[in-house]
Amino acid sequence: MHPPPNSTRRQFLGLAGAAAVLGTAPVVTLRPAEATPEMLASAIRNVTGGAAVKTGKVKLDVPPLVENGNTVPLTVSVAHPMAPEDHVSSVHVFNEKNPQPNVANFHLGPHAGRAQVSTRIRLTDSQKVVAIAKLSDGSFWSASVDVVVTLAACTEEVI
Amino acid sequence: MASALINVPAKAKRGEIIEIKTLMSHIMESGYRHKASGEAVPRDIITSFTCRFNGAEIFRADLFPAIAANPFFSFFTTVTESGNFEFEWIGDKGFSETASASISVE
Amino acid sequence: MRFLGAIATALLVVGAVGAAEIPQADRRSGYSFMKPDTKTMQDDDTANPGMLWVLNGETLWNRKTGTADKACTDCHGNARASMKGVAARYPAFDKATGRPIDLEQRINSCRTNHQQATPLPFENRELLALTAFVARQSQGAPIETGADPQLAPFVAKGRELYMQRQGQLNLGCTNCHDDNWDKRLAGAAITQGHPTGYPLYRLEWQSLGSLQRRLRACITGIRAQAYDYGALELVELELYLMSRARGMQMEAPAVRP
Repeated sequence: MHPPPNSTRRQFLGLAGAAAVLGTAPVVTLRPAEATPEMLASAIRNVTGGAAVKTGKVKLDVPPLVENGNTVPLTVSVAHPMAPEDHVSSVHVFNEKNPQPNVANFHLGPHAGRAQVSTRIRLTDSQKVVAIAKLSDGSFWSASVDVVVTLAACTEEVI
Repeated sequence: MASALINVPAKAKRGEIIEIKTLMSHIMESGYRHKASGEAVPRDIITSFTCRFNGAEIFRADLFPAIAANPFFSFFTTVTESGNFEFEWIGDKGFSETASASISVE
Repeated sequence: MRFLGAIATALLVVGAVGAAEIPQADRRSGYSFMKPDTKTMQDDDTANPGMLWVLNGETLWNRKTGTADKACTDCHGNARASMKGVAARYPAFDKATGRPIDLEQRINSCRTNHQQATPLPFENRELLALTAFVARQSQGAPIETGADPQLAPFVAKGRELYMQRQGQLNLGCTNCHDDNWDKRLAGAAITQGHPTGYPLYRLEWQSLGSLQRRLRACITGIRAQAYDYGALELVELELYLMSRARGMQMEAPAVRP
């Protein structure tokens, strides 16, 4: 469609019949029940099976001061080789205060070449975000960041 | 009217690590919101995203309600041959979308 | 409720100064107030979620619809050429109704008169998609809205609405966007209110939305009764804001917090 910023890259459009109809019902956001640090610990245990989680190797990039908690860019990268015999096999993201402690799981393999993933998440409030990487040797590594979510000045109560 | 925006280089050198970026239109209704009437809005999210290259899975993500609307992913892969990337998003209420992109490896 | 507290504090600050228009040289797009991550999201077409609507819009542009079984492209051809700079001139004067209409209303007028299709409601995904696709063709073009002399009385009315204090907080648009744009309201930057990027993707909305939606949210924010979608007052406000931003570059589909 438009000349892409990098001419070797192209954009593809996939179309589907089913429409996600936005804004059809008036919706207000109520304050949901918060997850607790215990729920966070339990969600992490579900992934690690209780194995020790060491700090290091993992880099978690989230803006320290978030402009809007509804869409928070996040990048996790792991400083580790991606070789068939020794690589990062998965990356898990958790948070402390959303209703659910799980945010996303990413399953990688040695062919990834680089253990780095980016996505956009929701944060209901200022809180800790944790990223955990599982290596092919079964060890777990983590990083955490305290994120401040600023209050949006002009929110819409009813669409 | 769903749409996907896929970004894959058209060409790459053998053994090169390339970045793939995807956007899929989806409301990602968390299931934690209520209407003005007090009625809960049911969860409607994408739960799984998979990327395959020539049939083999190279990246998969499990999504939870804390993934922002119109899910965006960026990830990397080493390309060793020309072929086809297939992308699949699966979610609540029978949501299922696919897209594909080819790459020529020299 | 923290929000109300913040706005009341802002009101006290505002009381001391009179409304003054922003000098041309000091005008800034909302883009310049954003954090680097949000700027990156807008700049990269393959990461900008607004492009999902643009892509939908291109499909709709080429799809036949209505009793006339015509597509936009049947009259207008390739949008990249025919729609270039068009959004930068809206709202524009509509001879048939003798009033200004915005881009969404222009698309609906085309649907009604030429495609013999039903008009689409504001914030409908298809209407946003078509508007975004048309507006995207003006990306980088300078805003020219308001040049038509027939628009003068409507621009004046829009300016009057912009200056007028209203609502329970007794604020006019000017009290924030002319007098206090270098300050913050709660955690958010107060911008100058130049509508350079509409329709745009607001992180708050997690969706693309129209300028009318943004104006209605602002009016609700000062605790005034918002005008209905499509109301002449909203179009006059859009018209004044766009003519106030004349010469600034179009950014649609922009991303804003």
